Amino acid sequence: MANPVEQFRIEPLVPLEIGGVNVSFTNSALFMVVSICLVTAFLTLSVRGRALVPGRWQSMAEVMYEFVANMIRDNVGSKGRKYFPFIFTLFMFVLFGNLIGMVPYTFTYTSHIIVTFGLAIVVFVGVTIIGFMHHGLHYFRMFFPHGAPLATAVILVPIELISYCSRPFSLAIRLFANMTVGHIILKVMAGFVVALGVFGILPMAFLGGVTLLEFGIALLQAYVFTILSCIYLHDAIHMH
Amino acid sequence: MPQFDPHFFSSQLFWLYVTFIFLYVVLSTLAMPKIGAVLEERQRKIDENLDKAAKLKAEAEAAVAVYEKALADARAEAQRVLRATGDALAHKAEEQQKALGERLAQQVQAGEARIGQAKEQALANLREVAIDVAKAATARLTGISVDDAAASAAVASALEERR
Repeated sequence: MANPVEQFRIEPLVPLEIGGVNVSFTNSALFMVVSICLVTAFLTLSVRGRALVPGRWQSMAEVMYEFVANMIRDNVGSKGRKYFPFIFTLFMFVLFGNLIGMVPYTFTYTSHIIVTFGLAIVVFVGVTIIGFMHHGLHYFRMFFPHGAPLATAVILVPIELISYCSRPFSLAIRLFANMTVGHIILKVMAGFVVALGVFGILPMAFLGGVTLLEFGIALLQAYVFTILSCIYLHDAIHMH
Repeated sequence: MPQFDPHFFSSQLFWLYVTFIFLYVVLSTLAMPKIGAVLEERQRKIDENLDKAAKLKAEAEAAVAVYEKALADARAEAQRVLRATGDALAHKAEEQQKALGERLAQQVQAGEARIGQAKEQALANLREVAIDVAKAATARLTGISVDDAAASAAVASALEERR
């Protein structure tokens, strides 16, 4: 039986180094490139016709665009309009990373903690900068809720601070863990199908169900990652 | 797990940011304005058509109102003409009836006058005849010839008695 974590192994395709830092073009990088090419092709070719009544591809592109636009409008408000391109890029990048991972023999870059953390830290740092831009030093009030007695600050401020700083970790780990565990389950089940011979039909059926579930999780986690970013952005702009 | 091997962390972060920034630039400058334009164009068309529909509806309603007003006017005019004609005819009939009545009354009057004249004449003739008869009868019966004055007086008194 193949090792279920074998699929996550990074393989350098073109070894590269800039200033002593390893920046090799790996299979992970390859699928990031594939993903952004697919996203770009999907979003530009589909609306090339500029049809008044959209075809199948165009309406999918429009649905995604409006989905994210509505998400920002509902969760951030009109001031979030500026960040729409970033949020949309984030959503498409994570979504396509998750979905491409469902194709056999591909590499799922969203199953790597460093990638999800790399995205989450951008959201975190960006949101913090936006918060200070909007409120200046008043943004520190984030860590102390309005109306609470001053004496409770000793407890509340550290709690709020920890909760605030754990945001990038929860974002990163949620996506990474979901993708990794899903792929491991699929791999283990697939191993059983081969190992059990004729009786492999049972895990095979189970595998079909889990595959559907994994598609759902791929969509859902892209959505969760994006909507949490929106909620953080809302907190930064409006405070709570 | 390979995920926790820091050997490729720098490489993955590097390519993550390269591809992500590239995608961000492409989407924000190329793809998103295009999709946005398509959606806006559609919304504009829809609004335009709705406006046009509302305008046409208003026009149709105005036309219906004009039509109904014309219909009501025509109906009222017809009523008026009908009433006027009826009145005129009734008036004319009345006049004619009155004229006819007058003419008949005149004729009746003239007839009566003629009858009265004829009657008087007849009565006058009757008196002369009666005087002659009385004279002749007296002469034949008694042989006395009565003069005209006496006979006339006798007849007159006799007629007076009969009346």
